[in-house]
Amino acid sequence: MREVNVVIDGKRVTVPEGYFIIQAAREVGIDIPALCYDPNLEVVGACRLCLVEIEGSRKLQTACSTKVRDGMVIHTESDRVVSSRKEILQLLLDNHPNDCLTCQKAGECLLQEYAYRYDVKFREHYGARRPSYVDTTSPYILKDDSKCILCGKCVRTCSQVQDRRVLSFGGRGFDTRIVIDADFNFDKSSCVSCNRCVTVCPVGALVDKRLLNKGRSWEYHKREVKCKVCEYGCSFEILSKDGRNVAVRAKEANGGRPLCLKGRLTTEFLYVDDPDKPYIKGEEGFIEATWKDALGLKDLLDKLLAHEEEEMGVEYNG
Amino acid sequence: MVRITINGVEYQVEDDITILEACNRLDIPIPTLCHDERLNPYGACRLCLVELKGKNKLEASCTTKVRDGMEVETHSDKVVRTRREILDLLFSNHPEDCLTCEKSGDCKLQDYCYEYGVEKGSYLGEKRDYSIDDSNHFYTYDPNKCILCGKCVRVCDQLQGTSAIGFENRGFKTKVSTPFDMGLAKSTCVSCGNCVAACPVGALLPKRKIRYRAWEVKKVKTTCSYCGVGCQMYLLVKGNQVVGVEPAEGKPNNGLLCVKGRFGYSFINHTDRLKTPLIKRNGKFEEASWEEVYDLIVSKIKESKAKYGPNSLAGLTSARCTNEENYLFQKMFRALIGTNNVDHCARL
Amino acid sequence: MTNSIEEVLDNDAMFVIGSNTTENHPVIGTFMKQAIRRGTKLIVADPRRIELADYADVFLQIKPGTNIALINGMIHVIIENKLYDRDFVDKHTENFEELKKVVKDYTPELAAEICGVDKEDIIKAARIYAEAERAGIYYAMGITQHTTGTHSVMSLSNLSLICGNIGKEGAGINPLRGQNNVQGACDMGGLPTDLPGYQKVFKDEAREKFERVWKVKLPSKVGLTVPEILDEAEKGKIKFLYIMGENPMVSDPDINHVKKALTSLDFLIVQDIFLTETAELADVVLPAASFAEKDGTFTNTERRVQRIRKAIEPVGAAKADWQILTDLMVRLGHDKKYSHPSEIMDEIRSVTPSYRGISYDRIEVEGIQWPCTYMKHPGTKYLHREGIARGKGLLMAVDHRDSAEVPDSEYPFILTTGRLLYQYHTRTMTGRVDGLNKLAPESFVEINDATANKLNISNGDKVRLTTRRGSIITTARVTEIVDEGVVFMPFHYTEGAVNYLTNTKLDEHAKIPELKVAAVKIEKVGS
Repeated sequence: MREVNVVIDGKRVTVPEGYFIIQAAREVGIDIPALCYDPNLEVVGACRLCLVEIEGSRKLQTACSTKVRDGMVIHTESDRVVSSRKEILQLLLDNHPNDCLTCQKAGECLLQEYAYRYDVKFREHYGARRPSYVDTTSPYILKDDSKCILCGKCVRTCSQVQDRRVLSFGGRGFDTRIVIDADFNFDKSSCVSCNRCVTVCPVGALVDKRLLNKGRSWEYHKREVKCKVCEYGCSFEILSKDGRNVAVRAKEANGGRPLCLKGRLTTEFLYVDDPDKPYIKGEEGFIEATWKDALGLKDLLDKLLAHEEEEMGVEYNG
Repeated sequence: MVRITINGVEYQVEDDITILEACNRLDIPIPTLCHDERLNPYGACRLCLVELKGKNKLEASCTTKVRDGMEVETHSDKVVRTRREILDLLFSNHPEDCLTCEKSGDCKLQDYCYEYGVEKGSYLGEKRDYSIDDSNHFYTYDPNKCILCGKCVRVCDQLQGTSAIGFENRGFKTKVSTPFDMGLAKSTCVSCGNCVAACPVGALLPKRKIRYRAWEVKKVKTTCSYCGVGCQMYLLVKGNQVVGVEPAEGKPNNGLLCVKGRFGYSFINHTDRLKTPLIKRNGKFEEASWEEVYDLIVSKIKESKAKYGPNSLAGLTSARCTNEENYLFQKMFRALIGTNNVDHCARL
Repeated sequence: MTNSIEEVLDNDAMFVIGSNTTENHPVIGTFMKQAIRRGTKLIVADPRRIELADYADVFLQIKPGTNIALINGMIHVIIENKLYDRDFVDKHTENFEELKKVVKDYTPELAAEICGVDKEDIIKAARIYAEAERAGIYYAMGITQHTTGTHSVMSLSNLSLICGNIGKEGAGINPLRGQNNVQGACDMGGLPTDLPGYQKVFKDEAREKFERVWKVKLPSKVGLTVPEILDEAEKGKIKFLYIMGENPMVSDPDINHVKKALTSLDFLIVQDIFLTETAELADVVLPAASFAEKDGTFTNTERRVQRIRKAIEPVGAAKADWQILTDLMVRLGHDKKYSHPSEIMDEIRSVTPSYRGISYDRIEVEGIQWPCTYMKHPGTKYLHREGIARGKGLLMAVDHRDSAEVPDSEYPFILTTGRLLYQYHTRTMTGRVDGLNKLAPESFVEINDATANKLNISNGDKVRLTTRRGSIITTARVTEIVDEGVVFMPFHYTEGAVNYLTNTKLDEHAKIPELKVAAVKIEKVGS
């Protein structure tokens, strides 16, 4: 593969042709802020936060969608770049609730991280705000439209799985929002609660509801484990606090697998000290279930127990 | 010992301790913003209120002593409701800037608001609007974030013994201040930062050369490298840089530090640090590899020893280095070079 | 320290002499102030009106170099008034009669005259000290950096012994050590006379023990001290010098002499974290890791062995001192290559009785105070509980002696030196912290306002100070902190370094230079 040389913030770097500027920058430890960029997803250039200045180019360019060219000289934190980032962040904050005090995402929120980095604060204004619509119908995912920044990562990750494609953009302009199927709530939708969308959401718009009120992101000790349900072994994170495992959350799909609820619940059941009740989705929405049913082990366990009783003379009560 | 019932469970606890102390020892969490074990009980924040059977009024657990037969509820509906109300009142007069506040992630007010579900202040009245005192070289005081728990004032007075700060005005206008409101730099403040360490919120904050969020840093417990007191402290580490210091509880310093230990850490990652071995050639230093300097040193040791005897060599070990290093240094001179010419600056 | 830092709070009376505690051991200073609030009485003796003087029941602003006269005067009062602990003296001390004889001459009147203080204050101080149930003495280099330093320590020991203020909680003699690990460096044998654990190099038994463990023949001849090494280097007798983490070009007396000594060497190695004034003169400079970049232990002033922990990787190609030493030792034929400081500590334990029970596992949460002689030993909060180390406390009667240099018509003032809260030692570290340098930016000299007036010097004027060793220019700070006839300079600074002026005369026993007293001449620059 041909390689190209570029200079980013005075650092020389050689990368394969075809690299985007954002990737090349990461090679030399330069972190260009981006809300909508994810190396595993299709590039859309939606958030505009990754704008950089390229010598010889009048307009600022998005680092996530501009490929490196030999001899390119790039500035990622020039005054012009910084001031445009500040403006973008300010506009995002203007349409975002000021509740980092208790927001579940605080400490892991990219909007918060970049606002801190560029010292942008909430301001008072009398303009319109995104309506606060919170979908609480799922026991697994909490969707809060008022916090959504429309980066579209959730839509893209959902659509990567052939038979899912649950999430999509709905409405236009200021009214644009993420909708579930034909604008249903989670309980009546085709969503399978795999939580792919939760793993990519950069803000608090989609959060794992089973983590709610269990603690702040910075209180947890985090440990990554591989799922044991199938041989692909998606990554999950065990969250513990004060020496107790309190929750499990999806981290990353593996080997082309899509992540699944069964894997997550199994991991939760295996590791969490005092897991919440599981739920299964029926016609009328989510209903509380036994772990045996939720993990799909009913047939297996029944047969296994019957077998043991017969063969070994072991008696089980109930 | 007395018998008391807490949340329906009976315990035997020492007498002459407060309900809060009893709960702390029994691992029953009670929220408090103004309590510090090292200080006299104060009862200012009222967050530690508990319900006592037979009493209509809630009592502050930090100032109420246990009595035999006492029945305590630490989280009854009434208690929780009251705590929520207190937090609501506090946050109603607090800037809503957890987004970028340096204390976020390490803030008691934030912790308790989360725990008690206080999402915002519901009292929409006047908020304080004071200027920030940034006259001190190492920290700032923002009266607008102050919850008036008085910990800083009491630490400065009772523990540090400096009494540089106190309360000024009354009621809504109360604030922590220096005499005549001249600012910390013009006060008797010695920049120890012990007030900063005690502040539960973002009112007293260290100035940061390298900015960081509380959740980005790793804390490593160590011993201060300045004087011989050997204060225990935590280095706050972000990436491969030390970005701050916090005092550790326990012996010998009991959570206190001085200005050097607390704020004198920026030499660690200073650009002047020696980063490579140097050999002087023709009066000028040239960079060299470790192998080169080791070979040179070993040959010089052998040469001096052969020509002039072992007592022509000497070494100054260091009161700044560890025990292990001092041990090796004297062992090298005594056992491998063969001289007792080893000393250090204990006398200076 | 014979006692623990926390025992400051248990004192009924404190006698702080030659220690500006709130600036140089600030956290111990806060404990002292806490103790005073609880009713502890305080006696302060210092040539400067230091912060603690404001809290003192008696403040004795003594002339530099008169510690022994003061202490003898106090002992005189205590014996005359029968305030001493007769029972303790009988059971636990020797030589009381001799002491009694010597201090007989030190009437409060005479002591007051030598020290330049009020005799009533000496009497009051003696009473406070002797009448306290538990009295602690706290001292630092104001006691030791004199040609009479060892004798001054002996007189403090006399004072504490006759009052039975030793071997109990909250009473004892407490030298406050200046550097983070000066205690440990001594414990580990960083002394020309001592192997680790103060086992003497000239004692066959001790040496043989180390020879067995180290599997090598050891020299029995006592080595040279720092001042002697420098003298011998200047004479061309010392050819090779290896300096690890020290900066004698700022810290040692008579810098012109130090420079001559270091430049006379065949080969000088300096191992440090910065290119110090001393490193500039080296043939080879080795970049060391800072305390944040390595594991190890420091031993604090109360003998507590505590961990330091590696928080970050060493900068650049720097290496921890123990790694550098290990590398060199292997090349010099050492049979062991240590891979972690805990292994070195295990070896230390095996040869040092007072550290025998100290391992990394045991000090993970909280440090242990030596002596700690076996693995279950809890450590030692205060010394001499089971009686005095040598059996009976030997009272050493000593006389006051003038400092090596006293003011005369040519050099009419006494120059004394010390440290500031906002700087540390030779400033290699604090000199690189902006805020600290704003608070204490440059060298200065404190001059009493009456003296300044006589010399027509105003606050902020540039003044030239000259002694028999050298001359420097610094800034005058006109103040009442020092008495007439005494001037004070901090020694931290390279520009206007006071150690160009200080006297190299040593205490004959401890070889400590008399940094606290030099005769000096002062002139306003440009007049």
